[in-house]
Amino acid sequence: MFSWSTQRQIRIFTFSFDAFPDQSVEVGIAEQDLVGISAGLAKCGKKPFAASPASFISTRSYEQCKVDCAYSDTNVKLIGISGGISYGALGMSHHSAQDIAAMSAIPNMRVYLPSDRFQTRHLIENLLQDEKCAYIRVGRNPVEDVYTEDNCPFEMNRATKVREGSDVAIIACGEMVRPAVDAADLLAKDGISATVLDMYCVKPLDEEAVIRAAEKSKLVVTAEEHSPFGGLGSMVAQVVGRSCPRKVVNIALPDAPVITGTSKEVFDYYGMTGEGIAKRVKEELG
Amino acid sequence: MNTLAVKAYELREHTVDIIMAGGGGHIGGDMSVMEVLVSLYYKQMNVAPDRTDDPDRDLFIMSKGHSMEAYYAVLCDKGFLDYEDVKSRFSKFGSPYIGHPNNKLPGIEMNSGSLGHGLPVAVGMALACKRDGKQNRVYVVTGDGELAEGSNWEGFMSGAMFGLDNLCCVIDRNRLQISGSTEEVMALEDLKNKVASFNWNVISVEDGNDIDQLNAAFEEAKTVKGRPTCVIANTVKGKGSPVMENKASWHHHLPNEEEYKEIMKDLEDRKEALENE
Repeated sequence: MFSWSTQRQIRIFTFSFDAFPDQSVEVGIAEQDLVGISAGLAKCGKKPFAASPASFISTRSYEQCKVDCAYSDTNVKLIGISGGISYGALGMSHHSAQDIAAMSAIPNMRVYLPSDRFQTRHLIENLLQDEKCAYIRVGRNPVEDVYTEDNCPFEMNRATKVREGSDVAIIACGEMVRPAVDAADLLAKDGISATVLDMYCVKPLDEEAVIRAAEKSKLVVTAEEHSPFGGLGSMVAQVVGRSCPRKVVNIALPDAPVITGTSKEVFDYYGMTGEGIAKRVKEELG
Repeated sequence: MNTLAVKAYELREHTVDIIMAGGGGHIGGDMSVMEVLVSLYYKQMNVAPDRTDDPDRDLFIMSKGHSMEAYYAVLCDKGFLDYEDVKSRFSKFGSPYIGHPNNKLPGIEMNSGSLGHGLPVAVGMALACKRDGKQNRVYVVTGDGELAEGSNWEGFMSGAMFGLDNLCCVIDRNRLQISGSTEEVMALEDLKNKVASFNWNVISVEDGNDIDQLNAAFEEAKTVKGRPTCVIANTVKGKGSPVMENKASWHHHLPNEEEYKEIMKDLEDRKEALENE
C-alpha cells in the first residue's frame, strides 16, 4: 500500500497508482496526514509505503514519524524520494541534508540509503517481509550502477564489501558509494589499496564490518550526501574511536546551503567524486 | 437511576485517586471527557479485554492523550488493566503507566501525547477497515485547544475526501486550555460550521457530560452514510466539583489535601444524587 503526495513523480519502484487503485492512497500535499494515515493503515494490517520528498517527510512530518510510527511501533516504511541535494537548484528548502541525523536519533527507527537500483530492489523485498518501521532515502536522478543484475550481494543490515584493501577503509552510503568505488580504483593505480564498504544500513550500523575494515587500515574515510553532523561519519567515528582508534575523515556536504547546481556539479565542487575522495585519501596518508 | 451517569462519577473518584497516587495529572480534561469515555466504552464500542486483537473490534484513539488518568480509570474498570496496580505504579520509576497512552498496555491502540496526531491515524484506520469491507467503527477523541494543530485539519480534509462514514471524531469542547479560554488563545468558533464546511456531518451535543445525549449522538452518527461524523461534546472542564469546574488553572493542578477532600465529597454527593434519581 502506497500513500503519497506526489504520485505522478515516482517511478523508482515501478509502482503505478493507476494499475493498483485499491492499493494506492493519495493524500495531497499534507505530510503529517500522510504519515499519520499510514500509521493507521499499518495498525489495521496494511503495509504502507509512505512516499514523499525526503526533505519534507523527514522534517514536516518528523513528529508523526517519531510518535505514530517509531513510538507506536507501526509497520510504516517511510520513503524519502529525491533525497540529499538531488533537487539541485531548487534550493535548501528541497534538500535533505539532515535526514540521516534526524531519523537515526529516533528510537526504533531504521535508516537505509541504498546505492543503486539493484540494491534498492533487494532492500525493498527484505523490508516487505518485516513488521517494523524504517526510513529509506533514495535519490532523484539516474545514478551509475554499483552492482549488476546478477551480482548484487545483499544481506539485510550487513554492509556490502565492494572492494577489499589494507591502506584505507572508505565507508559510504547512498549515492556516495559509486564515487567511493571509483576512488578505490584510482588509488589502486597509485599502489594504495582501499576497502570500500557500502553501508546502506546506516541504522542499524554494521559495526562489525566497520571494525574489521578499520582494524587493517591506517585511515578511515566516510562519504555521505549529508550534513557533516550526525550522519554516517559521526556514527562510524563513534565506533572506530571506541573499538579501534584510527584517524577518521568525513567527506560530506558543508554545514551551509550548498552551492547552486546539479548533483554532479555540487559533488564536483565539494570533492565528493572518485577523484576528490582519492585526492583526499592521498593527502591524509601523506 | 442512570447507571452509566453514576459510573462516570465513580470513575471520576478513581481518576482523582490515580492522580493523587502519581503526584500529578491533567485533572481538568480528565473530568470533562469522562462521560464521552463512559458512553463509548460501556455503550457504543465493541471492545473487550479478552480480545484486544480481534480484527473486528472497534478502534479507539485518545488524541488528547493527557487525559490519561480518566482513560486509566475506564480501562481498569472494564478489565483491561488492574486498578490497584495502576494506582500504585502510575508515573513511578520504571512503570508502564505513564502520563499519556502507552500502546504496550492492553486495550490501548496508539501512543499519543503530542497533540494533533489522533485524527490522521484514525483516518488511516477507518480507510483500512472500509477497504477491507469491515463493519466496525473508529473513534478518536480530541481536545478543543488541540484543534489549533494544523494536522487536525489535514485529517478533517482526508476523512471527508475518503467518505469515511465509519469514522467518528469526538471533540471534548470544554472551552479551556492550559493558558486560558480557547476563544482568547486561538478562537475556534464557529466550530460546528468550520468542521461542517469540511464536509463532515457535525452533531453538537448540548451537554457533553450527559450520557444519554452522547449516546443519542453516537447512534445518529452510525446512520450517516458517505461522510464521517464529528460529535462536538460541550463539556465542563473540571466537571464534578465547583473547586475545579471551568477553571483553566486546574488543567493540571494537583489538589492539596483540603481540595482533595472537598472534590471527593462533591463527587460522592453527585454520585449519590444520581443514584437516587
